[in-house]
Amino acid sequence: MKPKPRINIIMWRFMGSRLTSSTRCMSTSTKALCRFGWWDRVSPAAKDPITGVTEAFLADTNPHKINLGVGAYRDDEGKPVVLQCCDFVRNVGRESNATAVGSKLVEESVKLAYGKDANVVKEGTFAGLQALSGTGACRLFAEFQRRFHPESPIYFPDPTWSNHPNIWRDAQVPVRTFQYYHPVSKGLNFAALMDDIKNAPDASFFLLHPCAHNPTGVDPTAEQWREISYQFKVKSHFPFFDVAYQGFASGDLDMDAQAIRIFLEDGHLIGCAQSFAKNMGLYGHRVGCLSVLCADAKQAVAVQSQLQQIARAMYSNPPIHGLLLVSTILSDPETKALWVKEVKVMANRIQQMRSTLRESLEKLASPLNWEHITNQVGMFCFSGLTADQVDRLVREFHIYLTRDGRMRYIYF
Amino acid sequence: MTSTSTMLSLASAPPTASLSVHENLKGRLKLGGGSLSFNKEKANPFINTKSFSRISMVAAVKVSRFEGVTMAPPDPILGVSEAFKADNDEKKLNLGVGAYRTEELQPYVLDVVKKAENLMVERGENKEYLPIEGLAAFNKVTAELLFGASNPVIKEQRVATVQGLSGTGSLRLAAALIERYFPGAKVLISSPTWGNHKNIFNDARVPWSEYRYYDPKTVGLDFDGMIADIKAAPEGSFVLLHGCAHNPAGIDPTPEQWEKIADVIQEKNHIPFFDVAYQGFASGSLDADAGSVRLFAARGMELLVAQSYSKNLGLYAERIGAINVVCTSADAAARVKSQLKRLARPMYSNPPIHGAKIVANVVGDPNLFNEWKAEMEMMAGRIKNVRKKLFDSLSAKDKSGKDWSFILKQIGMFSFTGLNKAQSDNMTNKWHVYMTKDGRISLAGLSLAKCEYLADAIIDSFHNVS
Repeated sequence: MKPKPRINIIMWRFMGSRLTSSTRCMSTSTKALCRFGWWDRVSPAAKDPITGVTEAFLADTNPHKINLGVGAYRDDEGKPVVLQCCDFVRNVGRESNATAVGSKLVEESVKLAYGKDANVVKEGTFAGLQALSGTGACRLFAEFQRRFHPESPIYFPDPTWSNHPNIWRDAQVPVRTFQYYHPVSKGLNFAALMDDIKNAPDASFFLLHPCAHNPTGVDPTAEQWREISYQFKVKSHFPFFDVAYQGFASGDLDMDAQAIRIFLEDGHLIGCAQSFAKNMGLYGHRVGCLSVLCADAKQAVAVQSQLQQIARAMYSNPPIHGLLLVSTILSDPETKALWVKEVKVMANRIQQMRSTLRESLEKLASPLNWEHITNQVGMFCFSGLTADQVDRLVREFHIYLTRDGRMRYIYF
Repeated sequence: MTSTSTMLSLASAPPTASLSVHENLKGRLKLGGGSLSFNKEKANPFINTKSFSRISMVAAVKVSRFEGVTMAPPDPILGVSEAFKADNDEKKLNLGVGAYRTEELQPYVLDVVKKAENLMVERGENKEYLPIEGLAAFNKVTAELLFGASNPVIKEQRVATVQGLSGTGSLRLAAALIERYFPGAKVLISSPTWGNHKNIFNDARVPWSEYRYYDPKTVGLDFDGMIADIKAAPEGSFVLLHGCAHNPAGIDPTPEQWEKIADVIQEKNHIPFFDVAYQGFASGSLDADAGSVRLFAARGMELLVAQSYSKNLGLYAERIGAINVVCTSADAAARVKSQLKRLARPMYSNPPIHGAKIVANVVGDPNLFNEWKAEMEMMAGRIKNVRKKLFDSLSAKDKSGKDWSFILKQIGMFSFTGLNKAQSDNMTNKWHVYMTKDGRISLAGLSLAKCEYLADAIIDSFHNVS
């Protein structure tokens, strides 16, 4: 190593203009080697609004602290739950063929979403790929959408899961919203929703939550879904379903897929992102599935090949452990039956929490209306708390939740 | 561009490819009360315009939004395994994917991995989300394995480490970081290189160009060409280097050559970007194989390193690796880490847990770590034995006097045979030997028992096919 002062030419490409200057580098150490600060321009990223809550919670030393931030199911003692059906399949075959496992997972996932007797399932007119849970499935679709419809934006309900806009933006797809939540009634703003669907340009891409809307917990009724589906046909819109809570809304897997089945009946060629993070408690394993319905089996093969190519340049193949668990559970009738039961238990507990919370608030003679707590569906309560009120809950009471007022139901 | 590079770029369209001009088609199709309009994008390489004319004839049937989707070509590497599976000939041999096989040509789950997994099952750990940056215990041990626990970069906390989805996922995160913070900066990749590198940079919208690396005449490193091309690149380019056991060539620079490469990179203010997929597999020693990375770090340079545990811990399907960014200060490292997280969140939210726990348990436990080192030596040793046997078979059978010693000189899992596409096709079509079209064979998929058969195939293809 030859210590010597170096002349640096600094290029400010980052600023879009070229500003060249030469500076004699000041060496502050006896090593006298000048290091060009490549990362000087990198500013700290804002904390993720959801996972940032957990980070703050973990750093808090108060013994009474509670974490209502991340959507992860907990038991009555506030502990994470490993489902029994997953326990059974722990020592699943190590030498499994990854491709076969992946196909099995897709086959079973698709049956779960569309119904095992659905035509698309029987005829195989869909492209399906295992994905990195819900996020990964959405990202694959976003990249695929941009590749083949580069000018088309995506419409999200307002509000939606905070990561949705990040996903489509990083895939370079323009992002729009349609009206959804009515803050005064704390319910669905159906008329405005229908207007926005009608006013959007024909053949737009829409992201829909088929059940247990995140973060509001507000879902359309079956009748409303039928109207939405009809209008989608009139406008030739593309429906993309983000299915993160199948089983968690009503406790019944088929019931929770009702919206999807309505759209299928109406002949839509939909897309669907499925996550097994919550309903199988496999959060950390990143298991999900992306499916895209196609006009025929031949097109399905073409679409699948493109999806595989997108995945290959992102992570090559998905992690096998979670895939093995899910495909085994879904394809073994006994284990699957056990799972269905466990999902019902989880959903019931959440419904119980909702009732208990509402009763407790009403008993405290709160002047406010707390009906929405039991009207809303799924893992979250959209409390209606403002950002300032949330900050106060964190500061004074060590209760952690996201600043949009979304709380997860856990032990109380 | 050499023919090998062209083959490797089959799977994706290079950004500078010239495309035929598509007609700007604007069709209106009535469906029910609404209408569909197709606005053709000029020069989009993925859309097939021809099929649109069919749609107007079948207006009554469900029309997919994805009518224009063409069939993507099979992946040049993974596609080989697919073809191999479809072959019924009993003599078939799969030398395609770089996955280690035992002498019986079976996949190998390392003993330490089984032990680690049993420990994990006994502990009954939960499956909660990892933080976006991954398992902290894993991030700690992976950086220490790469740089050495007492390395100043570790002690001074100057490394931003984020768990990634094996090598591919880690490379993709780095590519996304480059695209966002160094827009327009190029990545220089070796000619040839791993087939998926170009796909990753293309999809991340990072421009790339090649530097000379493999010299087919000497079947060795074109060192002068490499230095010249790195020098000629615009200042501030990223130089993608294989830390050890170059894939597919199997040729690594010597320590002296590494020093000269570091010199020219510093001179041009480039930033080194290492892909370390074979730490332990090249020489059998985990520390020795990290030599090139440590050499650069010791010079005080900032650098990027993508790691994979697919091969050295046999965790292929678990997708475990990491992206490391060495910065001038701990503050910069913290900022870079936060931005890597911001890129990962919209890609997959958080990385998978299982592989991370295995690595953390193996590397973090002294007994398991020592056992791993022994297994690593055994695997690398088997490959060296296979190289020797293949070389002996070729030398004995080939009477032409051709020098086959490159097989012994090359390092790692692969051998770059020098066979061209037609010859590689002959290997597959006539001899049922599956390999990639660039002439690369994976010695990890070869047994001592099959060396003679392979030698026959190579000699035939080399001499009788052009």
